[in-house]
Amino acid sequence: MSNLVEGRTGEWEVVIGLEVHAQVASNAKLFSGAPTAFGADPNANVSLVDAAMPGMLPVINQECVRQAIRTGLGLKAEINLVSVFDRKNYFYADLPQGYQISQYKQPIVGEGVLRLDMPDGTTREIGIERLHLEQDAGKSMHDQHPSKSYIDLNRTGVALMEIVSRPDMRSAAEAAAYVRKLRSILRYLGTCDGNMEEGSLRADVNVSVRRLGAEFGTRTETKNLNSLRFIQQAIDYEVARQIEIIEDGGEIDQETRLFDTSTGTTRAMRSKEDAHDYRYFPDPDLLPLVIPQAEVDELSAALPELPDQIRDRLTGEYGLSAYDAAVITEERETAAYYEAASAGRDRKLVANWMTVELFGALNKSGQTLADCKVTPAALGGLVGLIEDGTISGKIAKDVFAAMFESGKDAAAIVEEQGLKQVSDSGAIEVMIDEVLATNQDKVAEYRGGKDKLFGFFVGQVMKASKGQANPGMVNQLLRAKLDG
Amino acid sequence: MSDLLSLSAVAARAALESGEISAPELTTAYLGAVEETAPLNNYVAVTADRALEMAAASQARIKSGEAGLIEGIPVGVKDLFCTAGVVSTACSRILEGFTPTYESTVTANLWREGGVMLGKLNCDEFAMGSGNETSAFGPAINPWQGGDGVDLVPGGSSGGSAAAVAARAALLATGTDTGGSIRQPAAFCGIVGMKPTYGRCSRWGIVAFASSLDQAGPFSRTVADNALMMQAMAGHDPKDSTSADAPLPDLMAALDKGVKGMKIGVPAEYVMDGMDGEVVALWEQGQAWLRDAGAELVEISLPHTKYALPAYYIIAPAEASSNLARYDGVRYGLRVEADSLDEMYAGTRAAGFGEEVQRRILIGTYVLSAGYYDAYYLKAQKVRRLIKQDFDSAFETVDAILTPATPTAAFPVGRKVDDPVTNYLNDVFTVPANLAGLPGMALPAGLNSDGLPLGLQILGRPFDEASLYSIGRVIEDAAAFSAVPQRRAGGAS
Repeated sequence: MSNLVEGRTGEWEVVIGLEVHAQVASNAKLFSGAPTAFGADPNANVSLVDAAMPGMLPVINQECVRQAIRTGLGLKAEINLVSVFDRKNYFYADLPQGYQISQYKQPIVGEGVLRLDMPDGTTREIGIERLHLEQDAGKSMHDQHPSKSYIDLNRTGVALMEIVSRPDMRSAAEAAAYVRKLRSILRYLGTCDGNMEEGSLRADVNVSVRRLGAEFGTRTETKNLNSLRFIQQAIDYEVARQIEIIEDGGEIDQETRLFDTSTGTTRAMRSKEDAHDYRYFPDPDLLPLVIPQAEVDELSAALPELPDQIRDRLTGEYGLSAYDAAVITEERETAAYYEAASAGRDRKLVANWMTVELFGALNKSGQTLADCKVTPAALGGLVGLIEDGTISGKIAKDVFAAMFESGKDAAAIVEEQGLKQVSDSGAIEVMIDEVLATNQDKVAEYRGGKDKLFGFFVGQVMKASKGQANPGMVNQLLRAKLDG
Repeated sequence: MSDLLSLSAVAARAALESGEISAPELTTAYLGAVEETAPLNNYVAVTADRALEMAAASQARIKSGEAGLIEGIPVGVKDLFCTAGVVSTACSRILEGFTPTYESTVTANLWREGGVMLGKLNCDEFAMGSGNETSAFGPAINPWQGGDGVDLVPGGSSGGSAAAVAARAALLATGTDTGGSIRQPAAFCGIVGMKPTYGRCSRWGIVAFASSLDQAGPFSRTVADNALMMQAMAGHDPKDSTSADAPLPDLMAALDKGVKGMKIGVPAEYVMDGMDGEVVALWEQGQAWLRDAGAELVEISLPHTKYALPAYYIIAPAEASSNLARYDGVRYGLRVEADSLDEMYAGTRAAGFGEEVQRRILIGTYVLSAGYYDAYYLKAQKVRRLIKQDFDSAFETVDAILTPATPTAAFPVGRKVDDPVTNYLNDVFTVPANLAGLPGMALPAGLNSDGLPLGLQILGRPFDEASLYSIGRVIEDAAAFSAVPQRRAGGAS
């Protein structure tokens, strides 16, 4: 699959790097004991530290540190046993301290890697440059009053992990796959709930274009995208915009851009020249963060099985395709469902039923796996009926639809509706004889060389059996009668 | 009852325990002294009602045998400390009327140990100054007067604290020391001031100036009182990440240990051009006292001393420029209304911060800016490490270091205020201890020819305040400093 984009003057390669802000799953904020619960009344979750009252001091929440370490381990990244919190200084009404506590030169997590399984079966490795802990800012509301802005500090000081990728992605689809995979790992680890609508996971997207093999082009950064669709839209728009500018003889400005969700376009927010001078320096209220190796080892040992490990088992032991395995393991719940449903069954067949029928039905009905009436055992049972020839794959689809509706077992539905596959050769032969008798002319044509009519006869027999005849046997017996 | 005012805290504690005096009596005497010395402008808020309530409660605890370390002792609090329900402004317009809902850890410790709060004491705005002349409440006045009778500064930034203790308007007082703000005013006012090891006292609830340098400490008229107050205010605080979880030894027990066998360093680099001859003479006298008491005096070298002041005046403003960003008019304190957020910031901060504070914010912003960070801030941090190493290697051979506390005695109010660099030179002997995080004590050792007190400074190893109290007690005894300031409470009678 070529990721190159065709312009007027030739092909362009797209270069994408992402900075993902993931809210750390924790009860309290990064440096204060205030709660992090979403949806509280404005300014309900604000401590003296969050409001930057005079003389207040930050104290690190060790659970947030552990969450960052777990995430680092999940990204196969190096854990820096000594890291430093810095102050990023700027004035804004929803930033009470006048600085954000972040990690600048010495982040808690260093280089790691994230593997993507693309739909075409290829695998891509995306480098992780770093992960650091930082405080979230508050929220300014400019539409509540004609002349004043309202400030909500509930988010102020909530712990974020900023996860920075290498510029290793080459298409919007890869960028989306990267965010999905990252979200998946975070959710497996329990270090971020990954809820993009609530803002728990947001991405800044760095995009540039270049001729294949050329140096990196000038990049733009589009801020604060909170859905996979917006990420892809913003990238597609930026790519088209940049190619057009360059092909018209212009140059790309290194700038920060905003995404307009209503039009799917981006617009300039500030240029490099107007960029803030954040005057980073080590926060003198905090000592360097020192993590004992023993703590890292302990967290590492307690890490849950991650999607890649399960995926490798699914492809290696069960023979699933990399893409199917990746789809099944994206959510821990889905992987667990699959493991339960496929135990003792044809693993590939169950995978197929899950990714096509089950996910399709869930999508169509807007349900999640958690609401689904079809239990893993029930899906396994359905596949079992196919395996032992009780029903055909075609009938199974109807059975599945009924199961999805009622939550009943496949066997019960097959029994109730009399859908059992007919594998009795005598019964099938009777039906074949009837079909051949009522279609003498076609039989003659077939025997005269019109081979294509074979399909017609199969169809007629299946119709006569109401779809319940074993298709393999129908084929075999029909051929014997016609050709014999 | 002026004799109540001349009791030391240790003596007052004994008199309170024996029932010779009562806590309300002592507090009433001090409230009278506060009133009497009001022209010195040492207090910016007097909490008389609270003081009397606390004194009554102290009296009850003394009676029931539950007295704390400083039970019933009247204490003044530098306005840099946040005190619940009592206006706390750091002597800045920008915090005009700000009344915290919370109590700083240090003052909470003092109240827990039975201290009685008299009120809030004048200081330089945000502790930035060496003369208490940058206060939004106007200068605090030193109770000592020179021959010509002009008003002298009490030093700074904890000027009101030192002046009040010297003037008998507080028996003890809190200060903070970022570059000498306890030791220099103690020397100017003829009293004892201790800057403990960085991390010894919690910074929680103290308005921050420069976080890596700020440290709270006690003012008193005697070395023993100082040890007593230190014992009450220090301690580990999990709310301050830089607070040290180090055991605090029995400081009162250290007082009578003497200096026999101790090695005391005398740094060659502390002899400076243009230093007052009387200061040099007193320093030599101090060395002789310690030698006579059995200490070995050793000449040492602290080669990077001359870089301390420039490094300090980069690091402290850098941290301050960031620490003071929170005073933006959005949530508390002064707000100058405007049409846009940026104009509100500019208006509020221009009106709320005084000239010296603005100067340091600008310097700090400059040295942290892209393109200047390496040349200024980073280099200053390197210097800071070298200064720390100087001390580390000196303390391999000596137990403590003796230096003058200040290059001169107290100067007249207004004299140097227009020349910031000369003012900054006041801190030349005190700044290195802040950069290295070491404990330092200033104590009175004599008078100059104008009749003004001069002080000596003792620097110690990290967390070895105890040795400073041993040495301080020896100097105190030898100096037998008994002079009193003219403008003290009860002085006219």
